[in-house]
Amino acid sequence: MHNDKLIIGGHEFNSRFILGSGKYSMKLIEAAIKDAGAEIITLAVRRANTKEQENILDYIPEGITLLPNTSGARNAEEAVRIARLARELGCGNFVKVEIMWDTKYLLPDNQETIKATEILANEGFVVMPYMYPDLNAARDMVNAGAATIMPLASPIGSNKGLATREFIQILIDEIDLPIIVDAGIGRPSQACEAMEMGAAAIMANTALATAGDLPLMAAAFRQAIEAGRKAYLSGLGRVLTRGASASDPLTGFLRD
Amino acid sequence: MENQFFVDSHHLSPEALEKKHRLETEPTSRKSHMEYLPGMEIIESDVCQRVLSHMNSYDYSAYTARDVRAALDHETCSVEDFKALLSPAAEPFLEEMAQKAHRETSKHFGNTVYLFTPLYIANYCENYCVYCGFNCYNHINRMKLNREQIEHEMQVIADSGMEEILILTGESRAQSDVAYIGEAVKLARKYFRMVGLEIYPVNTDEYKYLHECGADYVTVFQETYDADKYETLHLLGHKRVWPYRFDAQERALRGGMRGVAFSALLGLSDFRKDALASALHVYYLQRKYPHAEMSLSCPRLRPIINNDKINPLDVGEKQLCQVLCAYRIFLPFVGITVSSRESESFRNGIVKIAATKVSAGVSTGIGDHESKYSGKEDNAAKGDEQFEIDDARSFEAMYRDMSGEGLQPVLNDYVYV
Repeated sequence: MHNDKLIIGGHEFNSRFILGSGKYSMKLIEAAIKDAGAEIITLAVRRANTKEQENILDYIPEGITLLPNTSGARNAEEAVRIARLARELGCGNFVKVEIMWDTKYLLPDNQETIKATEILANEGFVVMPYMYPDLNAARDMVNAGAATIMPLASPIGSNKGLATREFIQILIDEIDLPIIVDAGIGRPSQACEAMEMGAAAIMANTALATAGDLPLMAAAFRQAIEAGRKAYLSGLGRVLTRGASASDPLTGFLRD
Repeated sequence: MENQFFVDSHHLSPEALEKKHRLETEPTSRKSHMEYLPGMEIIESDVCQRVLSHMNSYDYSAYTARDVRAALDHETCSVEDFKALLSPAAEPFLEEMAQKAHRETSKHFGNTVYLFTPLYIANYCENYCVYCGFNCYNHINRMKLNREQIEHEMQVIADSGMEEILILTGESRAQSDVAYIGEAVKLARKYFRMVGLEIYPVNTDEYKYLHECGADYVTVFQETYDADKYETLHLLGHKRVWPYRFDAQERALRGGMRGVAFSALLGLSDFRKDALASALHVYYLQRKYPHAEMSLSCPRLRPIINNDKINPLDVGEKQLCQVLCAYRIFLPFVGITVSSRESESFRNGIVKIAATKVSAGVSTGIGDHESKYSGKEDNAAKGDEQFEIDDARSFEAMYRDMSGEGLQPVLNDYVYV
């Protein structure tokens, strides 16, 4: 476990819990980061693009990796412009590409995301594309230079958990990059389940923002993610899904 | 009891008074409100017909407590469910609606509340809308800010900390043409992150021009979706043309605007039907333009200069709250703005249930931000207000109060791309 690092674009992290920051009070951010044990925190570039005295950037402790996202982008071109703005604002080289041509469900546009991933990877960004879990699109993102793949578990903000479980499992099985489950994780138990499946990390925002006690929920997620990771690494035991195994083997007739 | 809107000014000439009275009393003296005027673009769209067919057939008295119960139990709110939530049968369920609305608001917006302020740059108007303080027969101080005055107002507002501005004019193309508004938008981009417009409806190419100047949101209030009622309230001018106004948001989106805002002015007509139509206007346009950001307001009638008796009739705070909760449950993803027409206590309460945006440091007059913000009296001319506001909190007070309610005030969540 000691050497179990999450590696994204050559950077090592001990924590596998990526925190969102967009939906709760800035004063809670510091406590949330501490109790979550998080090392990466996302922030919307459009939110950081402010003159206000309470800039979200001031609330993020030293040593935490910022993961600016391109929310608000409706196509690849806009995402690229927002990512460049993030770099100008001093948010570093990481970028979570979020492109939505839909304001109701906020579902990501995979095609545009592939295009933006390629442009930004070529410009030296560590690109983490948020996507609808589709194997073909994920492969294209890998080829475009993505550092991770971030499939959604269910619609953003819905807290509905692993609605796309089967398809995320396919990505975990087939893609060599870290698969970070993003959006829709509403409870620590769902985060734990995704980690047991082999997800590399979990990103959550609304589940914390809507909790009664945000720091306590952050701690609960941390423990669930760690538990799921340990279970994955230890190798889950046999799970019998359809009753007992046959006592008379079907291959008992074979003679040599 | 209907509102008594007609007020005569002794400043009007006998000829003007005669015309005014004729418009008020002889419907045949008024132009058709369904016919486009020269220069008004006509677009092909089925949105209006869809909205109206629902509104016209909506019999809210037919809904029962059972329908409301079912609507509250459904995971997603259908149009039928929404109709039940707007009906009188839903009134006893108000607290439960508020709880559900609150959950939806938290899911989509967390604990944030957006702050903005309006800036009126001119109050000239060519319309006779009987309830509006800017109407062309109302004797008020008229004013149009020049470039320097606009910039000064913007500086004063920006110094207060505000980052989002909504530029408004009276509806006069002659006094406040698109080029004038475009210049104001360009200035605003220097001082603010986000620039919205609430001006007379224009054609697609004009929205495109204003978008290129830096505006990205367009607000147009339909006032009432009942075109026959509308005709009796908007007696003169281009605003009288109901369908051109209805299609304004769609033209704005075609012109490249990121978002559009909608509203009926509650108190003018049957508020349940107007609330239904407003939300369905959003609903159908969102299906057609899924990338567009949408928001709803819910203003109620307010007193104006020279007529302090105008009131929102049967739309009390409970009814307003019901409408806002129903909006939130039906359209969980839309922004909901509650203006300074409402009281401080109402706004403090509703931001915890359904509203996501409030105005602060508001003046509906022209050129008076410095005196209102700093208390510094000057002798410069001022233009009179469109209506009386209720909640006069400054930006600072609003920021403090919203934080005190446990919310995170957000001044900007936007980048122009």
